[in-house]
Amino acid sequence: MTGRRLGRGVALVGAGMSKFGAFPGKNTRELLVEAYQEMTASLDKGFDPAAVEAVYIGNFSSELFEGQGHTAPIMADWLGLNPVPATRVEGACASGSLALRQGILAIASGLYNVVLVGGTEKMTGLTTDGATDALATAADVTYETPAGFTFPGMYAAIATAYMHEYGMTPETLLQVGIKNHEHGALNPKAQFGQRISTIMEARKASAARKGKPVPTWVTELDFLHDPAANPQIAWPLRLFDCSPVSDGAASVLLVSEDIARQYTDAPLHLIGTGQASDTALHGRSTLTSLPAAKKAGLIAYEMAGVTPNDIKAVEVHDCFTIAEIVATEDLGFFKPGEGWKAAEDGLTTRGGARPVNTSGGLKSKGHPVGASGVGQVIEIFHQLRGSAGERQLPGSPHIGMTHNVGGTGQTCAVNIFERR
Amino acid sequence: MSDFDFTSTAYNAQLAEKKLVGSRCKKCGQPFLPPRALCSHCRSSEMEPYEFSGKGKLAAYTVIYFGPTSMKNAGYDNKNPYCSGIVDLEEGPRISAQIFGVDIARPEAIQIGTPLTAEFFERGDGESKKVFLGFKA
Repeated sequence: MTGRRLGRGVALVGAGMSKFGAFPGKNTRELLVEAYQEMTASLDKGFDPAAVEAVYIGNFSSELFEGQGHTAPIMADWLGLNPVPATRVEGACASGSLALRQGILAIASGLYNVVLVGGTEKMTGLTTDGATDALATAADVTYETPAGFTFPGMYAAIATAYMHEYGMTPETLLQVGIKNHEHGALNPKAQFGQRISTIMEARKASAARKGKPVPTWVTELDFLHDPAANPQIAWPLRLFDCSPVSDGAASVLLVSEDIARQYTDAPLHLIGTGQASDTALHGRSTLTSLPAAKKAGLIAYEMAGVTPNDIKAVEVHDCFTIAEIVATEDLGFFKPGEGWKAAEDGLTTRGGARPVNTSGGLKSKGHPVGASGVGQVIEIFHQLRGSAGERQLPGSPHIGMTHNVGGTGQTCAVNIFERR
Repeated sequence: MSDFDFTSTAYNAQLAEKKLVGSRCKKCGQPFLPPRALCSHCRSSEMEPYEFSGKGKLAAYTVIYFGPTSMKNAGYDNKNPYCSGIVDLEEGPRISAQIFGVDIARPEAIQIGTPLTAEFFERGDGESKKVFLGFKA
């Protein structure tokens, strides 16, 4: 296949997000309004909402989570943007990236010059069981769900295949969680923005306050090995291997490259975008890699004319700890079977040779599924513009990537951004 | 099986007869489980029903402590977990299924590569009662 090219250049000029977490009093539209307001504030040269020509909204399932269908026009309405066309885009946990991609394509086609992209999900209105069932609809309910599989279960199956093939043990997975909580501790938007040691000490203090026996954990690994603190969910995945159930929204403004500097002096250029689809997990040629992620990555790299070594900031889809390890291999940062060693050696920490998920990832930042793909872009926006605060990567990174997965890899989208 | 039309309804009707029936491409010979009407291998639309032996090996697995509502209704919970897996069938394709006859209490001891045979079992009450595909070590 010859390389794909956009019809014209697309720039990312503004980005904002709500805090991710559990917000009983807020629904999808209200969360998106928060994200939109932060986005408009990021446009340092000002912004006239009347310039927005189209809206693309990533949302997995407001029907199941909130009982609300026909979501897109409500979002546009609450943003004050009617009557511009508003379209909802669904690709399970990759819905946000797919909405972003539709915005990119709409501008590249020449149809629009200014497009608002949002991602929003309100998940905590359901019980954990209800959320588990809602998320399970992103699997093949005809042929996977009858086997008893949950999403943690399917990623756990990937983990067992990976451990068998490459010799990893569940201990390595714990390191991914510890790392992402360390990163998230520096992110004020994170749902669980604390180091695991902080969570551990808080639990001990709480037990002492209530006059209960105080757990004897000394290290983070003591805590993570304790089934009372970190129960098995789907072996080998424990609670702290799983991203949380979250509410949240994120929003970005895309414009055609030629007008980008009307909005900001520091636009980012979308230089590569790839998307691919795949069959159910059991139908694939491999269980230790996501072929659609590899494919989406190859398309994006080829379009951008860059290689994995050029990517200096990256947010990958760590819905489960094993997913981050597999992602770092699928994107070519490490060879197949070596991602787990890199995680163990600390290469993916903020100070390591290949920092991954400086935002805290979905694990610590939170995973409001339809918002997550756009949320990843917010982190890359800040890392490339030098505005990531305490978690800013050194060396003034100028090329960044997002990697967003729907289901167990039935949908994957990869985007590459550049500061010029 | 002459009326087998490659749908999930036809597949489930065969499961009810304790048969594991997928499809096979008449052009390239690729077998599929579950059945499909269009070949994703050579893009042909010429399919025939194809009965699988039900023999395979464990390719990936997990022991699930917090299952979906359907499994809770079947009596499973974190005190009574269950094993779900992906099975490499001897004819080539893989399929997802509940796995029986493995040591649920020691998930780390369950071996990938364990030989398995299909085990058809009923679950559900009244109208929702149906036959499911499982595999047994």
